[in-house]
Amino acid sequence: MTSSAMGNASAIVIDQDIDPRRRKSLVEGDHDFTSITASIANVAERPKPPKAWYVAMAISLPLTLTLFGCIAYLVVKGVGIWGNRQPISWAWPIVNFVFWVGIAHAGTLISAILFLFRQKWRTSINRAAEAMTIFAVVCAGTFPAIHVGRIWMEWFLAPVPNHLEMWPQFRSPLLWDVFAVSTYATVSLLFWYMGMVPDLATFRDRATTKIKKIAYGIFALGWRGSSRQWHRYERAYLLLAALAMPLVLSVHSVVSFDFAVSILPGWHTTIFPPYFVAGAIFSGFAMVVTLMVPARALFGLKHVVTLRHLENMNKVIVATGTMVGYAYAMEFFIAWYSGSQYEQFAFINRALGPYWWAYWIMVSCNVIAPQFFWFKKIRTSPLLMVIVCIFVNIGMWFERFVITVSTLNRDFLPSAWGYFSPTLFDILTLCGSFGLFMTLFLLFCRYLPMVAISEVKSVMPQAHPHHHGDDAHGAGHHAH
Amino acid sequence: MNAKAHSPAAPAERTRPLYGVIAEYKDVDSLVAAARKVRDAGYTRWDTHTPFPIHGIEGAMGFGMTRLPWFVLCCGLTGLTVAVLLQWWTNAVDYPFLISGKPLFALPPAIPICFELTVLFSAFGTFFGMLGLNKLPMLHHPLFEHEAFKRVTDDRFFLAIESQDPKFGLESTKALLASTGVCADVVAVHGNGDKGVLPNWMKNFAIVMPILLLVPLAWIVTARHSTSPKTRLQVIPDMDQQLKFRNQTRNVFFADQRNERPRVEGTIPRGLLREDQHYYTGKTGPGESDWATKFPAALSLDEAFVARGRERFNITCAACHGQTGVGDGLVSQRATGKYPSWIPPISLHAENLLAQPVGQTFSSIRNGIRTMPSYAQQLTVEDTWAIVAYVKALQKSQAFPVEKLSPEERQKVQ
Repeated sequence: MTSSAMGNASAIVIDQDIDPRRRKSLVEGDHDFTSITASIANVAERPKPPKAWYVAMAISLPLTLTLFGCIAYLVVKGVGIWGNRQPISWAWPIVNFVFWVGIAHAGTLISAILFLFRQKWRTSINRAAEAMTIFAVVCAGTFPAIHVGRIWMEWFLAPVPNHLEMWPQFRSPLLWDVFAVSTYATVSLLFWYMGMVPDLATFRDRATTKIKKIAYGIFALGWRGSSRQWHRYERAYLLLAALAMPLVLSVHSVVSFDFAVSILPGWHTTIFPPYFVAGAIFSGFAMVVTLMVPARALFGLKHVVTLRHLENMNKVIVATGTMVGYAYAMEFFIAWYSGSQYEQFAFINRALGPYWWAYWIMVSCNVIAPQFFWFKKIRTSPLLMVIVCIFVNIGMWFERFVITVSTLNRDFLPSAWGYFSPTLFDILTLCGSFGLFMTLFLLFCRYLPMVAISEVKSVMPQAHPHHHGDDAHGAGHHAH
Repeated sequence: MNAKAHSPAAPAERTRPLYGVIAEYKDVDSLVAAARKVRDAGYTRWDTHTPFPIHGIEGAMGFGMTRLPWFVLCCGLTGLTVAVLLQWWTNAVDYPFLISGKPLFALPPAIPICFELTVLFSAFGTFFGMLGLNKLPMLHHPLFEHEAFKRVTDDRFFLAIESQDPKFGLESTKALLASTGVCADVVAVHGNGDKGVLPNWMKNFAIVMPILLLVPLAWIVTARHSTSPKTRLQVIPDMDQQLKFRNQTRNVFFADQRNERPRVEGTIPRGLLREDQHYYTGKTGPGESDWATKFPAALSLDEAFVARGRERFNITCAACHGQTGVGDGLVSQRATGKYPSWIPPISLHAENLLAQPVGQTFSSIRNGIRTMPSYAQQLTVEDTWAIVAYVKALQKSQAFPVEKLSPEERQKVQ
């Protein structure tokens, strides 16, 4: 008997029935396996999605087309259509890239890190959060890819010799970034897809039309739930989670190297990697809450994605928000403590220079807003938590804007100082990326298993064998 | 859907090979108890099928830990090795790539990519290793022909024993399973796996698609290794054909239609007024050989000036002439013998050079001489004079008579 596995299984039973702290159940209401399958599969099986789905699609689809239009125009005309001008040659494209990569990280954190820490409450939100990761990485990857201007030269980034027989320069953080983000996209996709295989098999077995049967059937790979398969599958899932955890930390660290390895006051600091990672988790969790609150109401999944899940996420938001606030303060302290006039100037310029408004939007949204989650009323009210989380999302976009633009706008030669103004195409491209993200997410909600069906079943009390004869473990397991 | 699930197999089914028998259970406990019973009866080719993983069933079924983690470890180490070799070979061996004086290969800047490739290879190993060990994708399986088996991904639990099992007997095995807590009749399942069940287009697609994907790659490789008389394809031509006039082209805007504009009569560009002939040309008169024999008066010939000359000489001249000026610089050493057309630089201590006026040495550096190119672009006028001063000092140092040395210095040299 594998006693460790049994130990974990019984821990859940204790959680729900005997634990004096009386945690709320992970699945609310009187549900069995059949009703769980039905309620989740219903989202994809009902003949028509809810009206709100169409409304959201009507907003996000035109925005997506706008994005594609902007990219096409950019390819023809070049990056001159944006507001990027010396001295601010890194502007919105990089800001948007870092913003979206940060959003992506919450998905991996929920699916991998909480899995390794045996936080069973993750099961009902991890699928949607992982999907969010993939779609956010798609949006993120778009920006550096189109920022190079001549996208048909993109293959210069790949490790193949170019027409001059030269290879990419492996000592550059920009190339590390290419490897980090593409590895991250690949591993996230594998993790997401592998997690979905058993649920796709559920959809296959419930399919009513031939097209659905073939489509879900191919992607379910012929999964038949054999225990030997489950054994290897679970081992693989654990391994992928263990691989994804350091990966997610490395990705945002490498993204921060794009800044920190360059020798510019305001960028060249060792606090960047942990500060970026905390900010990424912070913004990502805020995005998950922003999406899950309407999604669970729309698709009737309130019994699976419970208030307890949302409250837990809000606790993570207040913790990481406070870390980010600490990092802001520490940057100023180090600038003062360094005694370097350039470093000091960069930070005074950041808070009081021409971009003071952006800096203070960032501080209000990222440091002050999440503090409201200390109040239980606010962190358990769906409406209020969405409001706070939208502020956090705005604040985190401004954080990247402040870091990038307020550092570049005043460089070493006062004669070269400048002020960044976005063009119409900057704005349309950013809005378009939100459209792409929302469109992908809406398609996912409608056509794929939005909640990990088999995982939710496995945390229900009925999922655990009771112990007979030779496997007796002790009392407490027979509670129901 | 479930009512007709347990109807006896159709006659056509009977002619197909027997796969085994399958039993259905309502809950985890019955399944685990049944698994234990089958295990104890000594069956080896059987499996349980469940909607979610049941922790602890490994023991009840009697199978051990998967080999997958070892496979993943090997993949991770492969990724690490590939990353180190890739970065070292491409940037330090195949095309040495010197960037800001950084070492061609060092471990610290190699860490991020080593890490990423280790994770990437491990993740591929995990995913494809899991599929391989599970023999997936296998889009068809005899069990799928059992209608009730559809609920294995919903809320039912199954136990199937294969007819290939040495202990298998259709009636005895059925009886064994029937004695466990089944919720439906134990039935026989017929079928022979993949054959003739999947539509043909699916198989054709699986074969044709990968081949089609190779076509663009093959096309690129061919294009890389062949030449063509056609001009390059320009996707967006505005970088190659910019709206500007190239050098030495016609420009109808001007009356003389020349794009290059001549200097306006009677003007001198800023900074190009060079009245001091001695200082700027090394000559004191209009004749061919009116070389200046003295340094221009504007220079202060002190030790710092010669030191500056030495520094510039070692940077600009020593690559060919060598640090002592005998003509054994690294470039010359490497090129001599390797390239037959290479003419080695003459020694700066040759007889004719020892007697050469300083103005002529200055002119040689400034304008080039024989195969040596002009260094006017690399050196300022003042630095050129500093080099001349240093060359003169160098010549003296190499041809200094021993008897002129003081006794202490002589001892030092010996």
